[in-house]
Amino acid sequence: MVPLAPTPEVPLVEMRDISIAFGGIRAVDDASIDLYPGEVVALLGHNGAGKSTLIKILSGAYKRDTGTILVNGEEVAINSPRDAKKYGIETIYQTLALADNVDAAANLFLGRELMTSWGTLDDVAMEAEARKVMGRLNPRFQRFKDPVARLSGGQRQSVAIARAILFNARILIMDEPTAALGPQETAQVGELVKQLKSEGIGIFLISHDIHDVFDLADRVCVMKNGQVVGTAKTTEVTQDEVLGMIILGKCPPGAIPGPGAMKAAA
Amino acid sequence: MTDTTTTPVDRARASDLGPFARFLKATELDVRMLGMVSALVIIWVGLHILSGGLFLTPRNLWNLSVQSASVAIMATGMVLVIVTRNIDLSVGSILGFCGMVMGVMQAQWLPQVFGIPLGSPWLWILALCSGLLVGAAIGALHGYVIAYMGVPAFIVTLGGLLIWRGGAWWLTSGQTVAPMDETYRLMGGGPQGSIGATWSWIVGLIACVGVVWMLRSDRVQRQRFHFPLRPLWAEAFLGAVACAVILGAVWIANSYGWPIGIVRRYMQENAIVPPEGGLFIAHGIAIPVLMAIAVGIVMTFLTRRTRFGRYVFAIGGNPEAAALAGIATRWVTMKIFMLMGLLAAVGAAISSARLNASTNALGTLDELLVIAAAVIGGTSLAGGAGTVLGAMLGALLMQSLQSGMVLLGIDTPLQNIIVGFVLVLAVWLDTMYRKRV
Ligand SMILES: Nc1ncnc2c1ncn2[C@@H]1O[C@H](COP(=O)(O)OP(=O)(O)OP(=O)(O)O)[C@@H](O)[C@H]1O
Ligand SMILES: [Mg+2]
Repeated sequence: MVPLAPTPEVPLVEMRDISIAFGGIRAVDDASIDLYPGEVVALLGHNGAGKSTLIKILSGAYKRDTGTILVNGEEVAINSPRDAKKYGIETIYQTLALADNVDAAANLFLGRELMTSWGTLDDVAMEAEARKVMGRLNPRFQRFKDPVARLSGGQRQSVAIARAILFNARILIMDEPTAALGPQETAQVGELVKQLKSEGIGIFLISHDIHDVFDLADRVCVMKNGQVVGTAKTTEVTQDEVLGMIILGKCPPGAIPGPGAMKAAA
Repeated sequence: MTDTTTTPVDRARASDLGPFARFLKATELDVRMLGMVSALVIIWVGLHILSGGLFLTPRNLWNLSVQSASVAIMATGMVLVIVTRNIDLSVGSILGFCGMVMGVMQAQWLPQVFGIPLGSPWLWILALCSGLLVGAAIGALHGYVIAYMGVPAFIVTLGGLLIWRGGAWWLTSGQTVAPMDETYRLMGGGPQGSIGATWSWIVGLIACVGVVWMLRSDRVQRQRFHFPLRPLWAEAFLGAVACAVILGAVWIANSYGWPIGIVRRYMQENAIVPPEGGLFIAHGIAIPVLMAIAVGIVMTFLTRRTRFGRYVFAIGGNPEAAALAGIATRWVTMKIFMLMGLLAAVGAAISSARLNASTNALGTLDELLVIAAAVIGGTSLAGGAGTVLGAMLGALLMQSLQSGMVLLGIDTPLQNIIVGFVLVLAVWLDTMYRKRV
């Protein structure tokens, strides 16, 4: 894959020729995608197109069958969620992946707990950090003592987002992060995305909201049946053209076609 | 409290609550735990009345504490097993097998094969250690098959139930091993296996100091980060109740004197002239009860204050999320079963010491008592919820029912019917409670 942008820098992440199959289904088929620092790349596609599966390979949740992953131009071995976090890859999963029976702070620090000098959990310090980061996302949120099962869908989503930004991610994966949020909270996440972007963080954003995508993303990458239809700068394609890519797999002139592009036009 | 932001907060306002709810909020007491304690009190008082004043006596309560110890210890481990959506049906058989290992070690192998003289302290130390080791190893084996080979815990431990019971028989071809080492037997309680009045008071006072210190350090921690604090009266109330319970329990244990025969023999052996009105020697807290309390404290610490405990609950709440958070879920599962095996071995030491023998049937059906204790104590079979203290109270409740019915002269079949009924009733009540919250 040749990087789309003429920028001389190396991409933050590059996934090359990634494939994975579940049973007989090729959920992701020879997909390639890249992401530069301070860039938002939106991943689009119909339900079951393979978006979540592709980014779960990057976050270490699934092991790819074939393909390579590069971070800062160097090939890396990502075989577990821990590996991904080591490279600064943080993920907001579509399913949120929260432990429902423990509170927000425990979820934020799950797997990376703050410890006291005695080697015990420092719950108070974790709650203090949780209050700070939640204050940034959702200042109204006060239910720090409740297990997250008792929170509303939007509040749970805020907790999942907070967990991803808590550990200074360099690469952020957001799988439909605003699906359950109210308009005000959605706007807040939009602001957050812009702010993180200005800090040089690269973001993969999966969304079905094409307006949001054009508002936030620098590039779009469309998937269909596990394959990449094409990749385009949002300034060089229209919303209708992107819809055509999603629904028909038709790659417009402003986009770089991938293996999944409809061949008829050629 | 120091938080002065003007953003409206999304929580119920304190003024909307009734006085009892306000009391609960201020003390942060767990309603389910209060319910358990009330159930226990009701059962105790009920049995006391029905038995014509035989139940709430120092002697009966002391016996109750000793009888509950082994099941209570195992129930603390069962909490972790059930919290992670597993089950362990093999604890009774592991207990039997480990009891047999410890018995055979001290009565046959160590003296006969290794030439350690009878009465040597090495006898009980090595026997106990080997039993604990065997218990942990059996648990580790179960855990490995469950976590890494993917066989459901129900099946693995059902197999374990048969295998280790059979193994216990095999160790001695079914023969009972007796008697046990003198020192080893102290773990079974009895007049010698209790720490006496003075030490009991000392233990009680240390416990009170510990409670106050914990309440204080918790408060200091919260002050450090400007978090909402409990009102002072609530702190004082909690501290006072805890200390009263501790000292009350010590007082009861100290009110139960040695039987006259043993006192007489003790006076003869130590050449004591009997004072007027006879000599009263208090039992004090029994050693198996101290062991159970120690296990309870360690297990509570483990579940509440360590990474391991946090991971156990996270896995129970959402195994997939725990794995995505980078937790080595299989290793944690294996460790839980290892711990369960170890605790079953501790139970074995207490049971065999109390019986002064290792029999092939030791611990038969204990798995059911242990599971029932954990479940009555609020451990959810759906996973993710449960407390060590609740499970220990559950064990005490089960034992209270059983001893109480013996006291009332109810025959065994009816006892079983009542225990089974209470188990279902308790879990139904808990389910109703969970739905409402
Ligand atoms: N763990 C799994 N086991 C078997 N099949 C799977 C698994 N995960 C995903 N699939 C299949 O892979 C395909 C792609 O799924 P994926 O979740 O990546 O879609 P998606 O693009 O994220 O869709 P949506 O927009 O609905 O979230 C689907 O056909 C799905 O059934
Ligand atoms: Mg998806």
